[in-house]
Amino acid sequence: MALRQTKNSPTRGLLPRLEAWLEHRAGAVFLWPAVVLMLALAIFPLLASIYLSLSRIQFRAGEVSFRFVGWANYQKLLFGSEQTHFLGVAKALPPLGWLVFAGVLGLLLGWILRHLRRKGSLGGLLYRIGVSALVGFLVWSLLSRLAGQPGTVQTTLVYVLFGTAMQYLLGLGLALLCAQKLPGIRFFRVIYLLPLAITPVGVAYMFRMLTDTGRGPLSPLWNVLGLSNFSWVNDPWGARFAVMIGDIWQWTPFMFIVLLAAVQSLPQEQIEAAVVDGANRIQTFVHIVFPYLIPVSASLLLIRLIEAFKIVDLPNVLTNGGPGTATESMTLQAFFAWRTLDLGGAAAIAFLLLILVSLIVTLYANGVVARVRRD
Amino acid sequence: MLSNPLAKTVAFTATALVATLGLAQKPYAGLEATVLTFTGPQIAEPLQRRAPEFEAKTGGKIKVVTVPFSDLYQQILTDGTTGTNSYQAWVFAPQWLADFVPAGIIEDLSAKVAASKDIQWNDIAPFFRDFSATYGGKIYTVPLDGDFQMVYYRTDVLQRLNLKPPQTWDDYLAIAKAANGKPWSPDGKPIYGSCIAKKRNAQSYWMFTSILGGYVQSQGTKQGAFFDTTTMKPLVKNEAFAEALRIYKETTRYGPPDELNLDVGDTRGLFTAGRCALSVDWGDIGPLSVDPKTSKVKDKVGAVILPGSRKVLDRASGKLVDCNAQRCPYAINGVNRAPYAAFGGWSGGINAKADPKTQQMLFDFFAYMSAPAQSGKDVTIGITGFNPYRISHFKNLNNWVAAGFSPAGAKNYLGAIEASLNSPNMILDLRIPKNQQYQQVVLDKALSQFLAGEINAQQTMDQIDSGWEEITNAEGRDAQLKAYRLTLSIDK
Repeated sequence: MALRQTKNSPTRGLLPRLEAWLEHRAGAVFLWPAVVLMLALAIFPLLASIYLSLSRIQFRAGEVSFRFVGWANYQKLLFGSEQTHFLGVAKALPPLGWLVFAGVLGLLLGWILRHLRRKGSLGGLLYRIGVSALVGFLVWSLLSRLAGQPGTVQTTLVYVLFGTAMQYLLGLGLALLCAQKLPGIRFFRVIYLLPLAITPVGVAYMFRMLTDTGRGPLSPLWNVLGLSNFSWVNDPWGARFAVMIGDIWQWTPFMFIVLLAAVQSLPQEQIEAAVVDGANRIQTFVHIVFPYLIPVSASLLLIRLIEAFKIVDLPNVLTNGGPGTATESMTLQAFFAWRTLDLGGAAAIAFLLLILVSLIVTLYANGVVARVRRD
Repeated sequence: MLSNPLAKTVAFTATALVATLGLAQKPYAGLEATVLTFTGPQIAEPLQRRAPEFEAKTGGKIKVVTVPFSDLYQQILTDGTTGTNSYQAWVFAPQWLADFVPAGIIEDLSAKVAASKDIQWNDIAPFFRDFSATYGGKIYTVPLDGDFQMVYYRTDVLQRLNLKPPQTWDDYLAIAKAANGKPWSPDGKPIYGSCIAKKRNAQSYWMFTSILGGYVQSQGTKQGAFFDTTTMKPLVKNEAFAEALRIYKETTRYGPPDELNLDVGDTRGLFTAGRCALSVDWGDIGPLSVDPKTSKVKDKVGAVILPGSRKVLDRASGKLVDCNAQRCPYAINGVNRAPYAAFGGWSGGINAKADPKTQQMLFDFFAYMSAPAQSGKDVTIGITGFNPYRISHFKNLNNWVAAGFSPAGAKNYLGAIEASLNSPNMILDLRIPKNQQYQQVVLDKALSQFLAGEINAQQTMDQIDSGWEEITNAEGRDAQLKAYRLTLSIDK
């Protein structure tokens, strides 16, 4: 009777039916707004920029049109007139380069052998061989271009790898120092954070003045050191180091503040126990403090790695990408291409950067972050 | 308060009359327009200074917006073609007409020029009137500046060295080498032999073509200096280009340590501070050198037409060969010179989408700026960045003397520009579609890489050649060749 009543009276049955429908479709109902938002703000622009990278912009009477040119923009970067600019020019490795390359190959070989010794799966073995080949190629490519002429890809990698490593080491050092109970330490904590609050363009202008040996505020110092006729920006590596110093100065506080929080949350009992057992400071750091910081460090480096690939403001303002193209990062190259209305070329560079970042971040996440989480 | 109705009526009528008369005298009262140009102070300064004068006279308000030089081309093009039209007029390089006219964003000013008395069109030197301002037989811009590159030298330094102004680029290097490091700056500091702006993404790449010109073009303007006029192949992979690269790089040995990062503003500052023996620049250094506020080399500066070469390019073989009467018909004392009309002079153009009254107001503003009464003074002021381009600018020495030149100094300076302007072997700047890509992107980048030691001379030539060929192929070789021949007046 009740069932018949429900069937025959739609007003009474609507609410339960709606509830049942909502129950059944709750996932989709909650998900769709986010999906639509993602599609509108991320996926469609991504697809549009893929099309942009395969086209050339044209200005006709009162309108802008895009002509499909296939892979021409990628062809230009990888094999055409922009090849030396983008990929650099390789040269035979010097002895030090071979040493570094041999070291990396040794580590990769050891990684594969360890898997074999543990009698791991065939899939795991193929994965290790593939990753090793890729890493070996990237390292060789980087070293051979550093020995010859680095392109924007190698310059970006130098900024990212060297810069991030230095920022981490300095940030860790400062965090350990500021975790001590020293007089005036609060003041220094604030001071160390200041560079992070300054806009990158401001940092670039400041370093531009500091590196001006002739007219900058440090010119008396450069004079005393006999460097008044030296210019940081005339030498490619001098200019790259000037950019890296500025970048390190600005981003070390980011590492510092996160690591300081981690250091301050260290369980004191373990450290006290180690001291009671006779461990010195280095042993305490190696066996207790650093292992405790590894999970935080892994995530911190991942975030900074991704961010560092996008470096653009510092080389743009400090050196204008020069001398030549020595300090140009991939993002700055894309910006210059965009500025000259080569929108297709700029989009192609952006996509190649996306592939490079994804590759390195995946390698890092699989090789380091996942391992840290397992341990 | 007026209580009498008659008094009220009289007062109201008087006010209305005054207002009406005021409006009649100020035809553009209430109108406002935005003009875009590059971050100065040059060029922007006279526009900003003259705009309030124009407003007081006509009621029309002109707002000047500036962007870095490297952004100017794309700002104009994208603003117009996307229909944003934030700017009603621009002051820009007339070279870019080759892109702006086909894009339909710039207004044809032929009728306005014909109707205007203030502009005194025939007083503008024929080159700027008929080449810079005109495209496809129509007038699109009002010239505000005249541009030729020259060599500047310190007269006292050359006297001390017992040397004459450079006739060839080898002479230039010899003077630079001899002067470099001598303690002859006003404060006793060592001077640099040569100061040339070499910063990338700025206005430096024109200086290289100034060096190249005398080696690559010898048969007159129609021969062209950038491409072969029958095949549109770049005139790049040859001994002339290699020699110009060698000289360009060697000047860096006698320049300031950070020369690769110096823009024209920086080198001008160094020259007028007395730190340089030689410089290559547009006409700006002349007036700047007599500015009592900044110059320490007043009456110690000479200017000379760009040096040349005793050897020129044989285009068939790509080799440098000695000049003779056939190869170098315009040579003087065996030296072939090819003065370079670099850039073509800053010019005012009007947005085709601006409403007619605003267009007329902007034309009147540019005509006011260009009129001899205003421009005759502006070209004598260094900070304006404006150089002489009217016949009256060259004839009337009084303005120059009033600005601080000695009569001899003014004659020397104007003589160097006139010699360039009247040369039958003058190099016209590249004015074909995508000229900004050819020069400001491909040429500029390769030159800066070469100076930084990233690539050698052969790689530089290969890179420029392949980059230019890519643009030519993308735009269509026949269309580009036709445009190139048109600019050189080979075809009508």
